[in-house]
Amino acid sequence: MPDTPAPPAVGLRETVEKIRVLKHVPPTGFLRTHVFSLDHKVIGKQYLDLALVAVLTGMVLSWLMRFHLAYPDVAIPGLGRLAPTRAAGGVMTPELYLSLMTMHGTIMVFFVLTTAPFAGFGNFVLPIQVGAEDMAFPRFNMMSFWVTLVAFLVLLAAFFVPDGPPLSGWTAYAPLSAIGKDAGPGQGGGQTLWALSIAIFCVGQLLGALNFIATTLDLRARGMTFMRMPYSTWAWFITAVIGLIAFSVLLPACILLILDRVAGTSFFIPAGLVVSDRLQPHSGGSPLLWQHLFWFFGHPEVYIAILPGFGIISHILPVFARKPLLGPKVAVACMAAIAFLSYTVWGHHMFLSGMNPLSATLFSVPTLIITIPATIMVLLWIGTVYGGRLRLTTACLFCLGFISVFVSGGISGFFLAQPSIDTYLHGTYFVVGHFHFVMGVAAMFGIFAGTYFWFPKMYGRMMNETLGKIHFTLTLIGVYATFMPMHYLGLAGNVRRYSAFTDDYMKGSLPLHRFITAAALFTGAVQLIFLVNLVWSRLRGAKAPDNPWQATSLEWSVPSPPPFDNFGGKHPVVAHGPDEYGRTGPEGDFVMQAAPTAGGTA
Amino acid sequence: MGKLFAVIVAVITAVSAGVFIARVWWLPPDISVLGAGIDHQLGETMIASGVLFVLSQLVLAVFVWQYADAGDGRAVKIFPGGATPMVVLATVLVGIEILVLTLVGTRVWAGIFLSPPDPNALHIDVQAEQFAYYFRYPGADGKFGVPHPELIDDGNGNFFGLDPANDTTARDDIVAASLVVPVNRPVLLTLHAKDVGHAFYVPELRVQQDFVPGLVIPLQFTATEVVKKEIVCTQLCGLGHFNMRAYLEVKPPDQFAQWLTEQAAQ
Amino acid sequence: MDTLKLSPPSSPARTGVWVGIATITLSFAAYTSAMVVRQGSGADWQHVALPRILYFNTLLLLASSATLEAGRRRLEVDWALEALEGRAGAFSGPGVAWLSATMALGLLFIAGQVIAWRGLAARGLFLATNPASDFFYVFTALHGLHLLGGVTALGYVLARLRAASAGPPRAALGAASLYWHFMDVLWLYLLLVLATRL
Repeated sequence: MPDTPAPPAVGLRETVEKIRVLKHVPPTGFLRTHVFSLDHKVIGKQYLDLALVAVLTGMVLSWLMRFHLAYPDVAIPGLGRLAPTRAAGGVMTPELYLSLMTMHGTIMVFFVLTTAPFAGFGNFVLPIQVGAEDMAFPRFNMMSFWVTLVAFLVLLAAFFVPDGPPLSGWTAYAPLSAIGKDAGPGQGGGQTLWALSIAIFCVGQLLGALNFIATTLDLRARGMTFMRMPYSTWAWFITAVIGLIAFSVLLPACILLILDRVAGTSFFIPAGLVVSDRLQPHSGGSPLLWQHLFWFFGHPEVYIAILPGFGIISHILPVFARKPLLGPKVAVACMAAIAFLSYTVWGHHMFLSGMNPLSATLFSVPTLIITIPATIMVLLWIGTVYGGRLRLTTACLFCLGFISVFVSGGISGFFLAQPSIDTYLHGTYFVVGHFHFVMGVAAMFGIFAGTYFWFPKMYGRMMNETLGKIHFTLTLIGVYATFMPMHYLGLAGNVRRYSAFTDDYMKGSLPLHRFITAAALFTGAVQLIFLVNLVWSRLRGAKAPDNPWQATSLEWSVPSPPPFDNFGGKHPVVAHGPDEYGRTGPEGDFVMQAAPTAGGTA
Repeated sequence: MGKLFAVIVAVITAVSAGVFIARVWWLPPDISVLGAGIDHQLGETMIASGVLFVLSQLVLAVFVWQYADAGDGRAVKIFPGGATPMVVLATVLVGIEILVLTLVGTRVWAGIFLSPPDPNALHIDVQAEQFAYYFRYPGADGKFGVPHPELIDDGNGNFFGLDPANDTTARDDIVAASLVVPVNRPVLLTLHAKDVGHAFYVPELRVQQDFVPGLVIPLQFTATEVVKKEIVCTQLCGLGHFNMRAYLEVKPPDQFAQWLTEQAAQ
Repeated sequence: MDTLKLSPPSSPARTGVWVGIATITLSFAAYTSAMVVRQGSGADWQHVALPRILYFNTLLLLASSATLEAGRRRLEVDWALEALEGRAGAFSGPGVAWLSATMALGLLFIAGQVIAWRGLAARGLFLATNPASDFFYVFTALHGLHLLGGVTALGYVLARLRAASAGPPRAALGAASLYWHFMDVLWLYLLLVLATRL
């Protein structure tokens, strides 16, 4: 054999390094670049667009519902043509009301509050914030969006089946949801499509959670230690872990529900039920089993909806207060504590469900304890505002508004967490007011804050600040006017999920319902300002600089919008924490995360 | 803008709290032995939460007013003590509240759901279905007949599926569409559902309980006033959910006995 | 020279599989709790004797884990040698054969499961017959589906090996084998549950 010089020893370490650095090839072709894109930035924007369509749909449904509640006998123009059987002459039937309510809740919780704050912003921002070129599994990432979109379409298909959309609420309690057509209108094909849609949704979200976790653990840039990660990254990472556990349980629940509906099994249906005069052939199932499985997912789900907001507020507030977040380690610990505790409280939705009354205390105590880390977070934010030099941009205003509405929503939860009080308030409008404040308002404010903040980075253009401030001011007033009165209704014993108030004692609450409807329609109309701002700014907004907010995290060290591989082939090296504001740096009163170590004095 | 925000938040806080304090919309007066405990718990929580609500919103408003950037280039200030006062405040304040409310609340809860049934209690069997309630009294023999789902025939008034031909205990069962009870006497309801989930809620009694198909769930209460109040369904059960109700009629003992006799005669 | 480590490299793919393992574990925990509740809540639980072929299938699956490890280690050695000595063409060899054997055993396992189902059907036990048969089908079908995912993953690795254009698919093989071994462990758990509680 000829004597060839031995090639340099390529150790295993180098091989591994080569694998870790994703070699990015710029996409070519319209479909690959804009439709079936592997780029996390495009996928994030696709999720946000999906959430936008979903929220508009959900909002229209809520207008229809609120109008019917205020004026039950008045015909709604056009409704008769859209739903000839269920709204003959334009007057909504009770079953249509309940169907719209079910779809409203399902669309809002799943396709708005789980997509936008987490999959939408998280996908766009997280890889850049940790210094990576893309998510760990771009193909799974793309799949997660398209699977979610399919889930949305399957859900919308329920509007078009002969039996109509399901009417068992977004909570779909068995046996109403499990029996099938016998249970009444809406419980035919529509309910099966609902269960199928949610099952598909679970798969999409699990693929997403996979990416968030692997990217955060494995693809951080050099110097990006865990404690230097921005709070939004922490929040998305923790949310992904919550989602992993939650959706892993919801998927089996939906599969078992589908089997009960189509395969004749009896996981959730007991024996001896007579529905619509027919003795049901099922036996031995447990409706409480569905409740346990659903709420084991359902309670962590609401933290999936709100934790990204916590992260976004914690990230944005320091930018506009020009000082670091108060208590960074405490903040992260609180978010983690909330995530952990969220798995111990699900029974507080079931105090009156017939489960063992002793378990009520078991669930009530951690529910009350969760108040502590949540309160600490609120105090940390308020403490960050203290002594700051607030730049009251729209993004900042929505952060401050978030604090206000989250306090309001959280406090009403304090009542419901106590079983003896829940005995009275369960199933009333007090609950509706509570969850709308924390989810429909606070989480939405988090989405708004994120939008006004990251829009320049995403689209390379600035949003209009004047329109933004008007949007904020009117929305803040509008949401309080809409949802605060619901607490009063609840105290008076006004029951929820009613399509009309015909009971003697509820008839008197009609004027307050009319007020709420007016406020809701007003607040909905105000969102047009936001919509106009979004569209107009995307087309004609002022060109955005790299760092319009003088922020420090890595996404602000790259162009607006970033190149396809985020950092232009360079790998950032991080030497600073995520919120070094209020110290003198080369560009002003802040030090960028990727600035060299010699930068900045306290 | 900061001042505007502060004013709006302050006004919203004042108005919201004001409506609560003025009790413009409030719980109806309770007619139950357990009502006072629940109302007291609610009142305590309302005061504690109200104080926290007003304080936190006003502090937020004041801070935003004070610390909006005035363009004067002043240095930023860190909150004195850093995060520690926040952690301590939250843990101590909320912790104490939790402790107190849990201790008191558990006693109230146990009073409703964990007390052994009063031997003197009047036992009434309740069936909920889409979309009505039916109430069954045991009759002179003091025993309930056995219900058979396959025998249920609403058209002929056999709501519970009783078999009086073969079941002697079923012959004197009294079925009514209203829940009629004597005042100041403990009542034990056994709740079961015929088709899907329902619930039993009387705001004035301060009791609420789900009906779960497949389970028979006990619920106790003692009504303390002669009234007629509505029982409403609070568990979504289908299109008639909003219209599913019955009446609770609390009668003086002699009138109750008379009513029972009249029902038995039918 | 680095010490030759035969354990799979850490990589995002491996993290991803661990996340997947967590998900699947939680799902089966949910199904298990559903089964426990169902056993307790209805009086209609009927014992189902497990088809004996299940135990034979178990042996097949355990064997497939052994062949997978053999193949993976063989390939790691081949790749290390290739890196050191610049030798190419080490890919088509015993390593690939072991991997193919693993896939074949996996598919045989699934065929064996289908035979088990046929056996149950012949005894009149279908999905909705009684709650025990419910869970038998649900557990075995879901495990089989996930195992097919593992077969697909191995197929992907083999395809990468054949292409040989982008370097040794160490991360992919490491991830796929972790997943496969988990499928083994999961099956042992399910078998235990089915044998003792059904």
